[in-house]
Amino acid sequence: MLHPTSNAFSAESTKAIANPQLQEALSVLRVQSIPNRLKAASNLAEFEQLRDRARDLKNHILGHLDQYLLQFEAQVKASGGEVHWCSDAETARQTVLRLCREAGAKTVTKGKTMIGEEIGINDFLEQNGIEPVETDLGEYIIQLRKEIPSHIIGPALHVTKRQVEETFREHHTDLDAARSLEEPAALMAEARAKMRDRYFEADVGITGANFLIAETGSTVIVTNEGNGDLTQTLPKMHIAITSIEKVVPTLDDAMTLLRLLPRSATGQELSVYVTFSTGPRRQSGPNGPDPDGPKAFHVVLLDNGRSAYLGTPMQEMLRCIRCGACMDHCPVYHAVGGHAYGWVYPGPIGSILTPALLGVQNAEPLPNASTLCGRCESVCPVRIPIPKLLRHWREEEFSRAITPSTQRSGLGLWAWFAKRPSLYRLATRWAVRVLRWGAGSDGKFTSLPLAGGWTKHRDFPAPQGKTFHDQWRAKGRSIGGKA
Amino acid sequence: MSTDRDRMLATIRAGVARSATRDTPKPAPLVPQRGQLNGRALVDLFRKQAEAAAATVAEVARAEDVPTAVADYLRSRNLPPQIRLSPDQRVNALDWKSQPLLETSSGASDGHDPASVTPVLAGVAETGTLMVHSGADTPNTLHFLPETHIAVVYADELVGTYEDGWAALRAKAGADLSNGAMPRTVSFVTGPSRSADIGKILLMGAHGPKRLHVILVDAPKSSVRPAH
Repeated sequence: MLHPTSNAFSAESTKAIANPQLQEALSVLRVQSIPNRLKAASNLAEFEQLRDRARDLKNHILGHLDQYLLQFEAQVKASGGEVHWCSDAETARQTVLRLCREAGAKTVTKGKTMIGEEIGINDFLEQNGIEPVETDLGEYIIQLRKEIPSHIIGPALHVTKRQVEETFREHHTDLDAARSLEEPAALMAEARAKMRDRYFEADVGITGANFLIAETGSTVIVTNEGNGDLTQTLPKMHIAITSIEKVVPTLDDAMTLLRLLPRSATGQELSVYVTFSTGPRRQSGPNGPDPDGPKAFHVVLLDNGRSAYLGTPMQEMLRCIRCGACMDHCPVYHAVGGHAYGWVYPGPIGSILTPALLGVQNAEPLPNASTLCGRCESVCPVRIPIPKLLRHWREEEFSRAITPSTQRSGLGLWAWFAKRPSLYRLATRWAVRVLRWGAGSDGKFTSLPLAGGWTKHRDFPAPQGKTFHDQWRAKGRSIGGKA
Repeated sequence: MSTDRDRMLATIRAGVARSATRDTPKPAPLVPQRGQLNGRALVDLFRKQAEAAAATVAEVARAEDVPTAVADYLRSRNLPPQIRLSPDQRVNALDWKSQPLLETSSGASDGHDPASVTPVLAGVAETGTLMVHSGADTPNTLHFLPETHIAVVYADELVGTYEDGWAALRAKAGADLSNGAMPRTVSFVTGPSRSADIGKILLMGAHGPKRLHVILVDAPKSSVRPAH
């Protein structure tokens, strides 16, 4: 099981900023991810309206979650599959292991699954003598490098092309050491060839699911490589690992979300493969007998603490469809990448999910690792008010005394003044004067007591002119807004 | 003894009961205008979108022209003249003998077929997408394993929107797609396989087909007559 390091955010981000290869890898966010999403969103006239519909749809689902999950379960059964309800990560791991053993599995191929990362399924299977083989190119790269994803869409976003080459040379030792891997296409061809036999060898294929369809009992995967489809078609058992908030009432409802997800995630009109999987290979009936496909179909349905947030102010985070747009647009993520966040979900949404799923005491820095600039909310396809939810965690940290004591006493001091307006005005007036006087001729401080963290990297500008309150009064306006 | 299922449902029910969105109605679907076209405009949109997704598109007048179009395509790309067909009549009943240099077989793929020729459930103009499904006559492996996937789309299979595509499935498999009426898989395929996982450089041909070629037939699927 992966040990979260979210509380080391500060130290990890310092390392990340000093890592030139990571900084090179992250630069694509500005030049590719942002413009690609913008272009795709602008190309669809109804994009903004669809975001409203998607928000309302997810709100409706979360307000009827029991009903839709039960319908989904009944439909999976009716199509010959089975749903396994797992309240926590350990139950989910044990369930997957039991199913793999039932299938007599030695190797398991895996499509990309963030829930798989959340429950740490790879390490667990390995410890129990079953070899997990990641088939998504990005997941394969990080599996070889023994890393966790740094982005929910591009798990190997932090790895440069040159590093991929080094990793392949180190691990593919059966191949000619003198081969050229200069071209990125050569690297991909090598990964494709390596993976081909693995698909056929595997006894079980594990995928995630982007959506679950209550109407039909289908699980939906959204991919570009085709690895997910091979993973779930060739072995004798397909296990989809997913979580409760992914259910959608009907096939048509799913299309609202599918018109938003790829455009927000990669700037594509639609991802290359969107596959709805329903039950195992048909033995008879109008669609059967199927000449290919798995003989068994299982859905591992994880809660892991999510349901406790229904009907709370944090319910809105459960609308997330995992597109990654919030991290693609976050200035903090741009600077430090995904690993600094210390767990499987990085970036703005990760700073909300990690405290929710691991406990706020295990992720104290994350809600504070944001300037609250609001870019994340402005691009979120299901309009999650991310800054509002970050503030909620900050309040929770303060009220539970998790906030570091220096910050707590600083905030306490500020609050004491803020509750006494005339004293507050007097104090700020004096502070402005003292700072202006102390700054000297160029109006800047190169060092300040108690603010070494700030002045180490930049100067602190001294206040110019008067306080806001004084200027407001001088312009003849009162708090009531009338002249 | 309470099971995980009971525990989860109890927490979910308690949450739903106090949820502010308990009375939020399900919003009506919003189908973008873009795909709501007919005739030539529909074909043009499909072509434009499929090509933007890096598929190639050819148009032929009649079902009888498909074997020639397949042979021409493979020759022009210098690809081996070897195809595996879906057993479905829409491709299997075409006169492949008219192309003596083309080696044909049919059925599911074991991973050694360089190219497949399959029918589709629908071609969706909105994003240049093909809807394909698994079944006795349409093995799913043919959509994913060969390096080249050639898909034949008849005029009456071309639709504007995803919703029209689902309607096409309902027309075929039954108005109610629940209780196992869905095929095991229904896939929306938009262009050939790709990945940007190596240094964010977009490369074609990751694990699925490296090439996707669409042959649009300007005639309905009923025009396919078994060859003798």
